[in-house]
Amino acid sequence: MTEPAAVYFFGTCLIDLLYPRVGLCAMRLIHREGVQVIFPQGQTCCGQPAYNSGYRQEARRVARAQLDAFPEDLPVVVPSASCAAMLKVQYPILFAETPDEARAKALAARVVEFTDFLVRVLDLRPQDLGSPLKVVVHHSCSARRELGVVPSALKLLARLANLEAVEPDHAHECCGFGGTFAIKQPEISAAMAADKSQSIAATGASVLVGQDCGCLMNLGGTLERRGHQIAVKHIAELLWERTGGNTAS
Amino acid sequence: MTSLLRTSIGAALGRERARANIRRAMDGLVLKRLKAFPDVGELERLRDQGRAIRAHAVARLPELLEALEDNCRRNGMQVHWAETGEEANRIVLDILRRSGARALLKGKSMVSEEMALNERLAAEGIEALETDLGELIIQLAHEPPSHIIAPAVHKDRYEVATLFREQLPEVLAGERIEDLTAAARAYMRGRFRDISVGLSGVNFAVAETGTLCLVENEGNGRLCTTAPEVHIAVMGIEKVIARLEHLPPLLTLLTRSATGQRITTYVNLISGPRGPDEKDGPREVHLVLLDNGRSRIRLDPELAATLRCIRCGACMNHCPVYTRLGGHAYGTVYPGPIGSILEPQLRGLAVRGELAEASSLCGACAEVCPVRIPIPALLNRLRQESVEVRGQSQVAGKGTRRRRREARLWALWAWIYSRPSRYRALARVASALRALQPARLGAWTRTRAAPRLASKDLHRLARELGFPSARR
Repeated sequence: MTEPAAVYFFGTCLIDLLYPRVGLCAMRLIHREGVQVIFPQGQTCCGQPAYNSGYRQEARRVARAQLDAFPEDLPVVVPSASCAAMLKVQYPILFAETPDEARAKALAARVVEFTDFLVRVLDLRPQDLGSPLKVVVHHSCSARRELGVVPSALKLLARLANLEAVEPDHAHECCGFGGTFAIKQPEISAAMAADKSQSIAATGASVLVGQDCGCLMNLGGTLERRGHQIAVKHIAELLWERTGGNTAS
Repeated sequence: MTSLLRTSIGAALGRERARANIRRAMDGLVLKRLKAFPDVGELERLRDQGRAIRAHAVARLPELLEALEDNCRRNGMQVHWAETGEEANRIVLDILRRSGARALLKGKSMVSEEMALNERLAAEGIEALETDLGELIIQLAHEPPSHIIAPAVHKDRYEVATLFREQLPEVLAGERIEDLTAAARAYMRGRFRDISVGLSGVNFAVAETGTLCLVENEGNGRLCTTAPEVHIAVMGIEKVIARLEHLPPLLTLLTRSATGQRITTYVNLISGPRGPDEKDGPREVHLVLLDNGRSRIRLDPELAATLRCIRCGACMNHCPVYTRLGGHAYGTVYPGPIGSILEPQLRGLAVRGELAEASSLCGACAEVCPVRIPIPALLNRLRQESVEVRGQSQVAGKGTRRRRREARLWALWAWIYSRPSRYRALARVASALRALQPARLGAWTRTRAAPRLASKDLHRLARELGFPSARR
């Protein structure tokens, strides 16, 4: 993909309602590179919660609204690998053999996960203005397995000169979020989150960084409850802060 | 809703020692597998090949089974068909009765677990002696297997030592690992001499040659299949493969994926009873082919992938849920990811559908599956079948897990989220009332701090900061 003049931004429902600052940082980072960022007001949620709960008809109803919201042939940048994978990998399955199949495939082809966009499309070389910092990285399972964008996230972090990024033990293992899984199987989810939090704390890093707010909400909440003093940041926030961006509200 | 799984989960998570044992063992198996496949490109090619061989076999199952039956008969075996586990039990009991045997030597077989053979034999006063070390341990402890290839993986050596001290005092010389294995060996050797019928599972059955392949590490499988007068092999019908040349790639995938071994200590190729000029081997070889719901699974083009499984156990070794719960919490014959797609189909969604929910869909299982079964996609499909009443499918118990309250919630959710104006209204209300947000959010906040609603949602911030809604 060559550098586009404009991109769509899909903010995700979690970021929209709980972590809008993450969305703003991501949009400003892209905007700062000279790319126009379009935020369609018609977007809501990718539909993954219903899809993963077996309610495909309901998921399709909501997903169809997203097909309507991003009509033009522009890249759709998504600051969450999980939601990006829903759009990119699952929409063609969800809409298979329906009248919207072609539209779903067309949208899927335009979806790019945020870190992947920064590295592979913009080839962002951020100038790190921050003081030396050790962060621990958690990659979502969607980033790792569905989209394969872990190398992009790691590359971005490596390009921050004053940053040391480490991974926890059992880095490949899920944090236990899994969307509705955390609600439907709370005991297993909590056990997974507890183990992951322990591994994260054991690295001695002062900041946890990730590219999915679902995992970060799960881990941040668990770390806080367990009394660990570790700040939790989406990679967009970290990048924006360390490259001289004004504090995003 | 009563939930067997939910009850057993709490108990399983509380068993610290078993959890630590399982975690340690799984970490070890994960590492061994990784070392066994040093070349990623080669591994991916092998997995493609494994998938193709198994998919081909499942697609042609009826004709391959007929060929297998013909060729096994030609080799002098007796072939029996069983629709259900109970039918298979009756076939085994019949053979035992005709042989006048009061005891049965058993090699490791998950299909015999599926049949609940040991319980059935006990009811008839017939003793089953498990000869696989792990199986022997759990038999002495009166427990079911907790892993399909490592049935006693939840126990550590100290627990085994205690068990043997109680159950096998006459053969136990010490409590080092060597002493424990020596005790098991001494205990079993005597029995091999006087039990005249042996039973084993089957890893692969080759249709074109009528050959049964059995892999194992302890030699007990070879003893069970060669020392007794009668050998009974039980297998699920999906274990058939078309050609002998399909065996090497599948064996490579199986043993490396399972234990990280390039090959097992014993690879048995069984092609019939003792010949007229031969001095040893069983006088009768019986093959029992069990369906038990497999034919029905095969009818669904997507779910048929379940039948590709070669039972290596890699999915459970890599599963974060299995690693924490162990196999017993599942309450099934087949635990872990493969069990969570197989059991709901074999036993029906009404009784086993919850298993499909016991996954974060992290995808670790599919990433390592040697025959590329897309387990997360199949879990998702089974979740759909669980709650969807409309549509046609062969899945047993379709729609039986639909609950009116949950269905209404999703309908409401879709009503709001499918219409941007409604969604924005909801966001406005939520932001305005954020001060009233409860500090406790059900199960979430039992172990986590609650996330806080933002004062302004991103839609609003984007508008205020001048990010356009459409290209200008």
